[in-house]
Amino acid sequence: MTHAITVENVTFAYDDRPVLRDVSLAIEEGEFLGLIGPNGSGKTTLLKIMLGLQQPDSGRVELFGTPADAFTDGTRLGYVSQHSSDGESTMPISVREVVTMGRYAHAGISPLDDEDAAIVDDALEQVGIADLADRRMSRLSGGQKQRTYIARALASEADLLALDEPTVGVDTESRDAFYDLLEDLNQRGITIVLIEHDIGVVTEHVDTIACLNGELYEHCGTAEFLESDALERAFSSARAAGTASVASGD
Amino acid sequence: MAAEIFDSRRQLTTVAIGLPATIAAVVGFVYWLFPPLFDAFWGTTCGAIDTWLVCSTFLQHGFTTGILVGLTAPLVGAYLVNRQMALIGEALAHTAFGGVAIGLFIGSTVEWANYPLLWALLAAAIAALGMQYLAVTTDSYADVPLAIVLTGSFALGVAVISYGDGIAFGREIESYLFGNILFVPFENVQLMVGLALVVLGMVALTHKQLLFITFDREAARLARINVWFYDTVLIVVTALVVVAAMQILGAILVAAMLVVPVAAAMQLTSSFNHGLVLSVIFGEVAVLGGILSSYWLDIATGAAIVLVAIAIYLLAVLGDR
Repeated sequence: MTHAITVENVTFAYDDRPVLRDVSLAIEEGEFLGLIGPNGSGKTTLLKIMLGLQQPDSGRVELFGTPADAFTDGTRLGYVSQHSSDGESTMPISVREVVTMGRYAHAGISPLDDEDAAIVDDALEQVGIADLADRRMSRLSGGQKQRTYIARALASEADLLALDEPTVGVDTESRDAFYDLLEDLNQRGITIVLIEHDIGVVTEHVDTIACLNGELYEHCGTAEFLESDALERAFSSARAAGTASVASGD
Repeated sequence: MAAEIFDSRRQLTTVAIGLPATIAAVVGFVYWLFPPLFDAFWGTTCGAIDTWLVCSTFLQHGFTTGILVGLTAPLVGAYLVNRQMALIGEALAHTAFGGVAIGLFIGSTVEWANYPLLWALLAAAIAALGMQYLAVTTDSYADVPLAIVLTGSFALGVAVISYGDGIAFGREIESYLFGNILFVPFENVQLMVGLALVVLGMVALTHKQLLFITFDREAARLARINVWFYDTVLIVVTALVVVAAMQILGAILVAAMLVVPVAAAMQLTSSFNHGLVLSVIFGEVAVLGGILSSYWLDIATGAAIVLVAIAIYLLAVLGDR
């Protein structure tokens, strides 16, 4: 079995504040991984390092067998980040234009064609925002914005979807629909890495779980995970650390 | 490196063959095809309307350059404004002015180098790449380096002018400082046409990447778009536009054409692509309205163009309420 992502002995610190210590993890192609852990445990940082958006201080990261910083095939990666984008509150840009960006890596400097348009329509439909297509991004609610970014990731037709708390601000009904969609995509062979603070949601949908708190506590199947005490250990050490530095943030 | 910029081998081949061909086509058009077209267009217009406004060679040069400025400046400005980089054009204009001063100074003794606009282009391009280097090393387009480049190059220009006072640059330097629609020689119109073609071509090819980076830099990096390469493209294109627009608007006012029509269009649309089109329309209205009102009211053309643009902006803000 080939690996979508391999992380070996990765260590990372913001200035002198250590975030990740010697984390190793391998994610197989077609795996649906839930990445969980307390606030400030380095989940987002690890995800960005996996995607090559940040460089680890030491250790190796590979995407589909290539070192992450030398990986050039943007069409294989889709990402819904936790933070808002640079221009969403000020720029005039429509929902459709944002979702269309998912096709840019495929088109390069060539023009987009009808097939791209059809894929964008489909992505808008799948997350239920087709009626908002011409709306300006800055006029959307938080949940609608989030669904736009999810649609953009879907339109990118990536082999690997990385999702950082994608359903924050999304109502329960569309959240359930979204997770059903993820399971469906995963059935079709797409590798998914999901950060989600709602552990109930995670255990219900994912195949495997990695529990993180600075270092990796457990990476195993969901059923085994539920029987293990990894979560308890991760969170209790967070409580211990939390008394030392309360406002560590994400 | 090339593989990161061009997304497939096919595109790389297209560029390798296409680039020299395009350069040849642009140069050929500007030197051989454009002059008869220019004469035919204005000959017909002059024959049909027959007023001094369209029949004077000075104003024909001015109108042509102005229309191309109204097209290219808002087009490039749309990306800059939405990245909070509005003042980069102003800084580049001031370096271009420094280049003009140096060009006039050298040109006054060395006959073949007497082409100030090319010196301006050179200075602005060097400044653009320098600022890009600063941005890469400091990871932002900080306003402090911007202010240093802006004032520093202007100071250099003023120093060169005052040193060469005996050579008497007179009205020529003033026309680059404040712009002068009656002082656009035909070779500058040709240069403007060439620059406009280059700018339009670059934007047409890289629009998607520029928009993606403008809207969401991190997602663009994830899609493995080489953000620093496209940033460099944008800033160099900006330098070209600024130099081209400087002859009409002047170094001091040139940034207005990059910023004001875009700011007006942004008030009125929900779509970036519509905003681009609207910015260009507002740019053209400002240029034509400005030239006409400067003629009727007998005020400086550059100032009139900027004031018309600001009037459009205010109407857009009020209309949006």
